[in-house]
Amino acid sequence: MARTSPPPPDNPSSKPHENVLEVEDLAVSFFSEEGEVRAVTGVTFAIKRGECLAIVGESGSGKSVSAYSILRLIQAPGRIMGGSIRLYPRTGGVVDVTALGEKDDRLYHVRGGLVSMIFQEPMTALSPVHTVGNQICEAILLHQNVTAKEAEELAAGMLAKVGIPNPRARLSQYPHEFSGGMRQRVVIAMALVCRPELLIADEPTTALDVTIQAQILTLIRDLQAEMGTSVLFITHDIGVVAQMADEVCVMYKGRIVERGGVRPVLKKPLHPYTRGLLGAIPGMASLGKRLPTIETVLAGRDISQPLPLRPTQDGRLVALSEEEILQMSV
Amino acid sequence: MTMKADTAYMLDVRNLRKYFPVYSKGVIRRQVDEIRAVDDISFRLKGGETLGIVGESGSGKTTASRAILRAIRPTGGEVWFESDRLGRVDLAQLPDKALKPLRQEMQMIFQDPFSSLNPRMTVGDIVGEPLQIHDLATGAKRRDMVAEMLEKVGLLARHMQRYPHAFSGGQRQRIGIARALIMRPKLIVADEAVSALDVSVQAQVINLLQDLQEEFKLTYLFVAHDLSVVRHICNRVAVMYLGKIVEFGSTEVIFNRPQHPYTKALLSAIPSPDPDEPLRPQMVGEIGDANRFAGHDMTPVFHED
Repeated sequence: MARTSPPPPDNPSSKPHENVLEVEDLAVSFFSEEGEVRAVTGVTFAIKRGECLAIVGESGSGKSVSAYSILRLIQAPGRIMGGSIRLYPRTGGVVDVTALGEKDDRLYHVRGGLVSMIFQEPMTALSPVHTVGNQICEAILLHQNVTAKEAEELAAGMLAKVGIPNPRARLSQYPHEFSGGMRQRVVIAMALVCRPELLIADEPTTALDVTIQAQILTLIRDLQAEMGTSVLFITHDIGVVAQMADEVCVMYKGRIVERGGVRPVLKKPLHPYTRGLLGAIPGMASLGKRLPTIETVLAGRDISQPLPLRPTQDGRLVALSEEEILQMSV
Repeated sequence: MTMKADTAYMLDVRNLRKYFPVYSKGVIRRQVDEIRAVDDISFRLKGGETLGIVGESGSGKTTASRAILRAIRPTGGEVWFESDRLGRVDLAQLPDKALKPLRQEMQMIFQDPFSSLNPRMTVGDIVGEPLQIHDLATGAKRRDMVAEMLEKVGLLARHMQRYPHAFSGGQRQRIGIARALIMRPKLIVADEAVSALDVSVQAQVINLLQDLQEEFKLTYLFVAHDLSVVRHICNRVAVMYLGKIVEFGSTEVIFNRPQHPYTKALLSAIPSPDPDEPLRPQMVGEIGDANRFAGHDMTPVFHED
């Protein structure tokens, strides 16, 4: 994907930009007594309109920090040190999220309007002292010009869409009256009711049972197709990536080490870290054997020195030297 | 299943039940109902094997494992355990006092390596505490045993002076394993022992558990919801649904030729890491939803070897 310069703002007549989001050279640091910790360095990716990009990596790899930066949710002692995050809504001009002031009205338009987010633990995203209906309607009234009655209609309609039976009665109930899977459906309804251009899903199924996870994944995929929403999926589960994503970024220690289509990256990983990550998952290949760990896959190779991403013949980017890429594509 | 005494089995669980009472609201709290968390389960496990207990949250898998170890008192049933000290005993019937010496033979590894270690105790004290409680070793001997066990689980003897907060999640789980193993138990209940770990750390801990099983001839009861992990390390699998074992058999049979509709539903819900094998979940739904398996034969299936 070529780096594109932002088009002139306020150009609604032209057809929407092919990407809904472009993140370029993002750097985020956290400051502590011991100095600066670079959580994310040189992260560049884009999400095509209507597609799903997954960011995978282990704890501390910077995947959540990258996602939170898009909503400007990084709080002190963290700071976005550089780079740009550009949103391309279907109507209206490009929004440079990094350039917005903390009190800028457009930032509130981005949060929950253009971009919404679902979290791992639905109970933390829902207020225990407000009814589900109140919480969904709050989001609607904040971002859409409708009456309270219309908002309630929209909320009930959205609950029905995410598969909650008897939505009208459920609106007056509190989150504790819902099961874990139903709560996550409520959170998804809340996130999608304003028809965001981009949905950020941060490990939305990690806390759920596998059967409920399957339903939630199917639901997100169906709603994505129906509403044309683009999705940024943060996960550590390769199975979820394989089922949900069109493209995938593999992050390691704050950098992207491999980025490309989900098929080439998962079926023929090139970067040693990607190969280690995929190999460490118990699967058919490792049945009856010791699990390969990342250390055994790396076999003493040092990957702590960051390399720039280089393109390969099959259209992905990988942080390897040119010689290594040539050797691997043979 | 025939229930004949058989010494080949280290664990012989018969009709185990654990019911929790439900009380009415108000001043006079009468028992109005009961929740059958574990509802009449039976299975046998050979020494040195690993049994996986799988199922959704609320299926009773954790309650079952705790009732077997007598961490909680079962409502009914028998748990025959082949003890080195006492011979064949029914754990379900033993008085609390008689259980204490048996605690050395059965230990537990917990899910969350952050909440299961006392933050105010050093690693040496945490791992050595069981030796103190059971009066097995003191002073330099205890220190030596702790140091040896720490090295067995891939930590260093000098880690003894440190506190849990100085360790990563995977290292903490190793501390929990060292604490469980220092008593040289026969039976280990691992309740979601690798679920909270990153995949690369998880692989290391799984390898460690398998190495230790070989070295110490351990029998594992492995409670987990991650079916790919269960498939990798278990010889046998018990599938639980609503407090009952609905299917029991060798790992190979459960994963390749499942019979029970619930097992089929559970397996169909696992997202494949191959993008060309699309997710086709069948009969998924809320646990206990009466319509979920309407029209399916829900009779439990026990596969004999």
